[in-house]
Amino acid sequence: MLLAILSLSVLGITFGLLLGIAARFFHVERGGMEAEIEAMMPGTNCGQCGFPGCAGAASALVSGEAAPTCCPPGGLPLAEALALKLGVTLDAGAMQAQVPQIAEVREEICIGCTKCYKSCPTDAVLGAVKQIHAVIREACTGCAKCENVCPTGAIELKPVPVTLQTWVWPKPVSA
Amino acid sequence: MTPVSSPHAHGARPVGRVMLLVMLALTPATLAGFWHFGWPAVTLWCVTILSAILAEAFAARMVDRSPMVMVADGSAILTGWLLALSLPPWAPWWVGALGSFFAVLVCKHAFGGLGQNLFNPAMGARVMLLISFPVEMTRWIEPQTGAMFTGFDPLAGLAITFGAQTPDAMTSASLLGHVKSEASRGIALSQSMTGHWDPMGFGLGQRAGSLGETSALLIAAGGVFLILQRIIGVRIPLAFLLGVALPAALAHLLAPDHYLPPLAHLLTGGVMLGAFFIATDYVTSPSTPLGQWIFGLGCGLLTWVIRTWGAYPEGVAFAVLLMNAAVPLIDRATRPRIFGRKRDGRSLSAS
Amino acid sequence: MPFSTAPARSLLRRLFERWGAHPEGRKQLAAETEIATLPLPPQLILPLAQHIGAPARPLVQAGERVLRGQLLAEAQGMISAPLHAPTSGTIDGIGDVAVPHPSGLTGPAILLTPDGLDEAIPAESNDPFSLEPAEISRRVAAAGIVGMGGATFPAAVKLALGQKTRIPTLILNGGECEPYLTCDDRLMRERADEVIDGARIILRAIGGDEAMIGVEDNKPEAIAALRTAALRTAARDFAEVTVVPVPSRYPMGSEKQLITWLTGKEIPAEGRPADIGVMVQNVGTAAAIHRAIRFGEPLTRRIVTVSGGAIRTPRNLEVRIGTPLSALVEFCGGTTRPVARWVMGGPMMGLSIQSLDIPIIKGSGGVLALCEAEVAGRPEPGPCIRCASCVGACPIGLMPLEMAALIRNGDLKESVAIGLKDCIGCGTCSFVCPSQIPLVQYFNHAKGELAAQDRNKMKQDAIKQLVEARDARMEREAREKAEAAARRKAERERAKAAAAEAAAAKAAAAAATTPAKVEETTT
Repeated sequence: MLLAILSLSVLGITFGLLLGIAARFFHVERGGMEAEIEAMMPGTNCGQCGFPGCAGAASALVSGEAAPTCCPPGGLPLAEALALKLGVTLDAGAMQAQVPQIAEVREEICIGCTKCYKSCPTDAVLGAVKQIHAVIREACTGCAKCENVCPTGAIELKPVPVTLQTWVWPKPVSA
Repeated sequence: MTPVSSPHAHGARPVGRVMLLVMLALTPATLAGFWHFGWPAVTLWCVTILSAILAEAFAARMVDRSPMVMVADGSAILTGWLLALSLPPWAPWWVGALGSFFAVLVCKHAFGGLGQNLFNPAMGARVMLLISFPVEMTRWIEPQTGAMFTGFDPLAGLAITFGAQTPDAMTSASLLGHVKSEASRGIALSQSMTGHWDPMGFGLGQRAGSLGETSALLIAAGGVFLILQRIIGVRIPLAFLLGVALPAALAHLLAPDHYLPPLAHLLTGGVMLGAFFIATDYVTSPSTPLGQWIFGLGCGLLTWVIRTWGAYPEGVAFAVLLMNAAVPLIDRATRPRIFGRKRDGRSLSAS
Repeated sequence: MPFSTAPARSLLRRLFERWGAHPEGRKQLAAETEIATLPLPPQLILPLAQHIGAPARPLVQAGERVLRGQLLAEAQGMISAPLHAPTSGTIDGIGDVAVPHPSGLTGPAILLTPDGLDEAIPAESNDPFSLEPAEISRRVAAAGIVGMGGATFPAAVKLALGQKTRIPTLILNGGECEPYLTCDDRLMRERADEVIDGARIILRAIGGDEAMIGVEDNKPEAIAALRTAALRTAARDFAEVTVVPVPSRYPMGSEKQLITWLTGKEIPAEGRPADIGVMVQNVGTAAAIHRAIRFGEPLTRRIVTVSGGAIRTPRNLEVRIGTPLSALVEFCGGTTRPVARWVMGGPMMGLSIQSLDIPIIKGSGGVLALCEAEVAGRPEPGPCIRCASCVGACPIGLMPLEMAALIRNGDLKESVAIGLKDCIGCGTCSFVCPSQIPLVQYFNHAKGELAAQDRNKMKQDAIKQLVEARDARMEREAREKAEAAARRKAERERAKAAAAEAAAAKAAAAAATTPAKVEETTT
C-alpha cells in the first residue's frame, strides 16, 4: 500500500515537472498579433474606448489592458471576434444591452454649421454651409464624434431599427 | 413578441412514453428472474430502483430543477432497472444502492445530465461494483424455480438481501465462470461443459447468472418487441450478436475443445441484455447508420475477446464501455453523405 | 462508366433511403369540396415584396383609379416581379402595413379599395405555339408570375435559364406534401386542362423534350384528371406530358427530393436544377402561365386552402391577391372552438401569425386554424436524448442534433462545416424529435446570424475604405493648401524681388545723373 502511494506520487511529481518544463521551452510567442487586431478594428479612431485611436486599442488588447468589449462601434460581433482571437473569455453582459447606434439629424434644429460634417471620420454626414445636414446610415459607425461637436444637439445617436431585411430569428431557450 | 417557429405539429412519442415501453419490454424477463430466484431478487430490484430515484431527485435539487419532472422522464428508473438486472440476484442491498447512486450521480449527472453522458451509466456502475466488490458480484445462485412460492417467504428473502449470509448450498458458478476456471486448470471444454450446458434451460432461465441475464429468450423477445415498436433500430442488436457469434463460430470450428460454441456465447452472460437494451441506449451509442453497425460489431467482438482471453469471465460491460469511449470518434468518421455533395463534402458537379 | 447504373442505384436508393416523416394528412377536411370564389373584400392590401428579389417599385399614386390587370408596380432589377391590380377600384395610398413575416414587422404596400365593377383592361389572347420562347419568357415576366408553391421565385428568371442552355426535362410539382393543404389537389382535379397546357407552354419556352407531373399517391383523383386531360389534348407535335405518382412522404414536394425520385439525379449542392437538365415549377404556376399567355391575364388570384380543426367549414377558395385573411375565415363560417395557433401556409413550414388583418400574397397556399390537440406542443422543449431520429428523418443527410448542439454553444462556423447551408428548412427533424426541440429555429437563427455577420463585415470593410479615402482627401487638401501657400509666397518673393530690382534700377539711373553727390556721401 505504501509502495503504491509512493510510486504514484513520484510519477505525478515527475510528469508535473516535465509538463512545466515543456510549457517553458516550447512556448510559442505570438508576434504580429497587434497588426491583426488593428485590422479587425473599425479604423475610425473615434476614441470611445479611451485609447489613442484603433492602433492604441489594439496594443492595449494584446497587452491585456483592454477587455474585448472596449469598442462600442464594433459592438458585440467585434467583441466576440476579439475574444476568440485573443483566447480570452468574453463577459458580454454589459454589451448585450448595448444596441448598435446610428446618428440621426433632427432637421428642425439643424443650423447648417457644418461642424458635424467636418468631424465625421467616414464622411457619413452630408451637408454644406447653411444647408440642413443628413446622415448616410450605411456609412455611420456610431462613434459619436458628431454628437459631441454639434452646438444645437440636432445630431444624436439612436438605436438602429430592425427591418424586414435585418431581422433574425432569436436563439431558442434550451432546457 | 417572440415568434413561434415552424413546424406547428409534432409526431413523435414523448420521451417518457419511450422509457415506459422499454420497461414493458424488460418485464417478462424480470418476472422470470423473480420466479427463479425468489424474494431476495424482488427486494434487490426494489432497492436498486428506489436508490436510482432518490439519486435523481437529489441531483435535480442540486441543479435547481423540479425532482418530480426529472424522475418522471423515466430515465433514472430505467437505469436502476437495468443495473438490477445485471447484479447477482441475492446480492446485498448496499451493492444495489451504491451502484444506483454511482450510475445516476457520477455516470450521468456529473457529465451534464440527460443526453450528455459519454458512458452507459448502468454498465459504468456494474464495472465499478465488480472491481470493488468481486466476491459479492460473483456469488451466483442456483435457481429455485417457483422460489417465490415454494421457496422462501418474503421475510426470509429480506433477511438475505439485508444482511444475513447466503447459504453456501445455494451458490453455484455460472457457466462462463466455471468454464474459465476449469480452462485455467487445463481441463478441456468437452469435460467442463457436461452437466452445465443445457441450451433450453439457458434460454428460459433455469441456470445461475444475474437477475436478468438468465432468461436470454425472454430478453430477446422484449428486444424484438422494441424493434417492432421502432424504439430501437435493428442495426446495433444485429451487429452485436454477429460480432459475438462470428468469431466464436470461427474459433470453435478451428479448436472445438478450447472455444465455446457460438450458441453458448449468445445465450449466456449478458449478451442478449447487452445487445437489445444496453448497447442500444440512445445517449451513448452513435447517431449515424454506419456508426451503429461499427459500434455493435465492436461491442460483440470485444465481448468475445474478453471472454476468451481476458481475465474476467464476462465481457459485455467492459466491451460496451470501451466502445462508448469511441463513439464520438465513430460519429465524426461516419457522417452520412450530404445530398448534392460527394463523401468528402465537395459539391457534385453539373452533368 | 461503361454502362449506366442509374436504374439500379435508383432502386437501391428507394429501398434504403428512408428519409422523411409521415405526418397525418388531414386532407379530407377540405379536399372533397369544389373551389368556391371569394367575394371582393372592402380593401385589398398589396405588399410590394411578394417575391424573392427586390421589391416592386410603385407607379401609381393615391386617388388614382385603376382597372383589373393594370400594372401597379414595376419590377426592379433582374430578380424581381411586377404587381398588378386584382380588381378595379381606387388607390388609397402606399402605406406601411403588417405583412406576412414571422417578425411581425411592417412593410410597404399599395392599398386599393375595390369599386365593385371588376372592370378589366383589354387583354390579348394568344396562341403560345406561335410565340418565340424568349417572347413567352417576357410575357411571363410582365404578368408578375412567381412560384406559387410558396417559394415565390420569379418564374420568368427560371424560364430565361432555358434560353441560355437547353433544359430537356420539365417537372411539375403536384406533390403538396404538407398536411391540410389541398389547393393544388383541387386545382389538378378541376382545372387539369390549364395545368397540362401550362406544362406545354413552359416546355416551349425552355426547349424541353418531356414533362413529368409528380403527384403524391394520396391524390388518385388528381392523377386521373391530369391523365385524362393530357390524353385528350395530346397531338403529334405536342411534347409528352406524363403523370407520375410518387409516394406520400413529407417532404416529397421539396424540389430536390422530387427531382431525385423522378430522375435518379441529384442537384449539386452548389448548383441549380438547370445544371442537371431539369426545371421544376409548381402546378399552380403552370396554370397561371397558361392564363397569362393564352388570355393575357396577369397573376391576380390564387387558390387558398382554409382548414384546421377549429374552422367551421374547411374548403378551398379562389381568392384575389391582397384579400385580408379575416375575409377568408369569415366566408368559411368562422371558428367553432378556441384557436391555439393561426398558421399561414402548411403546418410544417408555415408561419405563425398573430392577426388576421394581413393579406393573401402570391405565395400563400393556406390558412389554418389549429386547435390545441393538433398543435400538441410541450410548454418547454426537453434535453436532447441523442436518439438520432432527426438523422434518420433528414432528407438531405445532415445531422440536426449535432448542428443544434454547436449552435447552442455559439459555434456557428462548425455548424456550417457540417452542412448548415444545405438545410432546406423542411422541419422534418423537429417534427420527429421526442423532446420537441425547435431545431428549425436553431438553424434559421444561425443562418440569420451568419448573414448579419457577413453584412457587418462588408460594412466594416466599407468603413475602412471610407476612412482611408477621407484621410487621403484631408492629406491632399492639406498638401494643396501648403503648395498654394508656397506658390503664393514664391509669388510675393518674386514680386518683392522684382520691385526691389526696379527700385535698384531706378536708384542706379538716378545715381548715374548725380555721381558726385553719391561719392561724397560714401567716403
